[in-house]
Amino acid sequence: MLGRFSLADLPLDVPILVGTFVGVVIVGIAVLGLITYYGKWGYLWKEWLISVDHKRLAVMYIVLALVALFRGFADAIMMRTQLALAYAGNPGYLPPHHYDQVFSAHGTIMIFFLAMAFMTGLFNLVVPLQIGARDVAFPFLNNLSFWMTAVGFILVNVSLFIGEFSQCGWLAYPPLSETQFSPGVGVDYYIIALQIAGVGTLLTGVNFFVTIIKMRAPGMTMMKMPVFTWTAFCASILIMLAFPVLTVALALLGLDRYLGMHFFTNDGGGNQMLYLSLIWTWGHPEVYILILPAFGVFSEVVPTFSRKPLFGYSTMVYATCAILVLSLVVWLHHFFTMGAGANVNAFFGIATMIISIPTGVKLFNWLFTMYKGRVEFHATMYWAVGFMITFTIGGMTGVMMAIPAADFVLHNSLFLIAHFHNVIIGGVYFGYVCGMNFWFPKAFGFKLNEAWGKRAFWLWCVGFYFAFMPLYVLGFQGMTRRLNHYDNPDWHPWLLVAEVGAVMILLGIVCQLMQLYVSVRDRNLPENIDVTGDPWNARSLEWSTSSPPPVYNFAIVPHVHELDAYFHDKENGIDTRRAGSSYAPIHMPKNTSAGLWCGLFSLILGFALVWYIWWAVVIGLVGLVATVILRSADKDIDYYIPAEEVARIENEHSRKLMAQAAE
Amino acid sequence: MSTDHNAHGGSDHGSSYKSYAIGFVLAVILTVAAFMIVSGHSFSPSGTILAISVLAIIQVIVHLHYFLHMSFAAGQKWNNGVFMFTVLFLFIMVVGTLFIMDNTAMHMMSR
Repeated sequence: MLGRFSLADLPLDVPILVGTFVGVVIVGIAVLGLITYYGKWGYLWKEWLISVDHKRLAVMYIVLALVALFRGFADAIMMRTQLALAYAGNPGYLPPHHYDQVFSAHGTIMIFFLAMAFMTGLFNLVVPLQIGARDVAFPFLNNLSFWMTAVGFILVNVSLFIGEFSQCGWLAYPPLSETQFSPGVGVDYYIIALQIAGVGTLLTGVNFFVTIIKMRAPGMTMMKMPVFTWTAFCASILIMLAFPVLTVALALLGLDRYLGMHFFTNDGGGNQMLYLSLIWTWGHPEVYILILPAFGVFSEVVPTFSRKPLFGYSTMVYATCAILVLSLVVWLHHFFTMGAGANVNAFFGIATMIISIPTGVKLFNWLFTMYKGRVEFHATMYWAVGFMITFTIGGMTGVMMAIPAADFVLHNSLFLIAHFHNVIIGGVYFGYVCGMNFWFPKAFGFKLNEAWGKRAFWLWCVGFYFAFMPLYVLGFQGMTRRLNHYDNPDWHPWLLVAEVGAVMILLGIVCQLMQLYVSVRDRNLPENIDVTGDPWNARSLEWSTSSPPPVYNFAIVPHVHELDAYFHDKENGIDTRRAGSSYAPIHMPKNTSAGLWCGLFSLILGFALVWYIWWAVVIGLVGLVATVILRSADKDIDYYIPAEEVARIENEHSRKLMAQAAE
Repeated sequence: MSTDHNAHGGSDHGSSYKSYAIGFVLAVILTVAAFMIVSGHSFSPSGTILAISVLAIIQVIVHLHYFLHMSFAAGQKWNNGVFMFTVLFLFIMVVGTLFIMDNTAMHMMSR
């Protein structure tokens, strides 16, 4: 009846998990109780859960990303604490079975559910507004993508309390991840969760590619697109190319595990190296999928707060495109040491080093944008400058490891861990938080608190150096990754320093929460509220509409004359909104709950597959297919906002603008 | 929302029906030919592989032209660009994987 589930699969003997479960239940009941107390279920359902509005989905994606940050960071600080304790005979508090799940979950969650969700959230919030569109090309798919991503994350978290998670690292290399060595449900949770979330990511890639190609405002040629949109465009292309490879690699591993096939097993003609090659054919483009949008954020933030146009717009675009292509020819550098010869290693080593050239071009562009600009050191700008320094260090250690001979010393040591955290925290995370600070007023109509933002930045930035610079040293001293305990006295002090860094990052996260709390509390103060829709005197079209934008974004689709379209209009006294002209009815997509039902049936399907509960697999599959068919047959998917309603909303905004100007 | 719901396809349904029919017939002929070459042993083993590879490539082109309606018309610029980029990626992936796997197998003496 319940497949291979038995009560022994509940981790009742692990006090940390029982405590976490009780905590999650208490918080969950409190949240659900508060929603019921304030009678917000209808509002939540109608305005958020079934919404196809890209701005609402953006907020939901970023909330998901922040929840993933808490989970992923909890794993991180548990690992650092274990290594600070587990020295010379002390086993620490995490036994290997639990510790291995923690580091596997940490990597999986941080990449797939923090970084990818945060990135998709920023795409959703910014891209349609930046190109002057009223929504994305496929609004329903957008909602479906969100629910698929959310279900993947839910499955990973269910594994915490029911059964176990993968103990094979964040990429589940075979043969360890094969049934022979991992007979439990952990790897199955990993495979199924990533396959479901992968559907969401792939659809997001398709959606934004089509949106950017087809729905730009009149006059916006490719070379007049804002750089963030360019990076979203290139990241979407990479998603469409790379994610199917991940799907195939995980599907083959799944066939090995579910149907006893031999793609990657030790026996029966399997070849583990093919899995490594496939997973990194996806994995290397993946890190560029993450970092390119962060580059895009800085390319918007630095000019805005330097009061200058971006230096070298076209080189920025070409550098982005060059990185897009080069990122496809470097994947072997993740396994230099695993048996390939000098020719192969030399080719991929050189290709890897070449990527630092377009990346260097970008860094110099940002620096020259700041040069002789009137740089305003706003909290948003702190993250950008912190990024430039931190990312440069991370990039240089990356070039070091691109030398195959050096990589034979550094491979799988803590030097590698320090390197990729250096580029992912210092690049991706700083970038996305920078973007969140920058575009928050656009989403909600009030600014984030600056003092708490700066505190969060300093704790994150300094904490990062304390947490990860010791790891470079430890790597040189020969400490490998994923160690549970050790007895080398030289390592211990460095691991204590790293623990201090992790605590500082914890305080940084607390400051970010405080920033959100204080900002919401003080949202109606005149210095925080964003009446004009353009709080930073910024440059691109998203700032020409109100904050938060009306559901249709632009009452009249703007005409683009120049790069930095909105700034050009401001300079030349053109009203981008063309307020007061006659409005036409606006064609909009209707909300639909089909995406949520697809997500729910996927959750049933995924959970049942993990536990071999075949009757529930059938329910999930039939429900999923039926929902898709019913949705396809539904012709009632759009509506018109009447011209009077548009005029009312627009005149209201104009009135506020005039009241603001009169003060 | 998309401003133009009729943007996709562009062709009227009559001519597209005809193109599907032609494509279907060609695809059947090419498939049957491949089966006949293999089952009839009419070529040497390497000749057979060469022949069915050529037929497969023609098959791909038939599908692209008659089913996906790709052509060199002016409005097809993006479609063709995307397609060429996909081919480039597949080339990188297939050739790169063969390059790596062959080299690895040689050095690890797994064959």
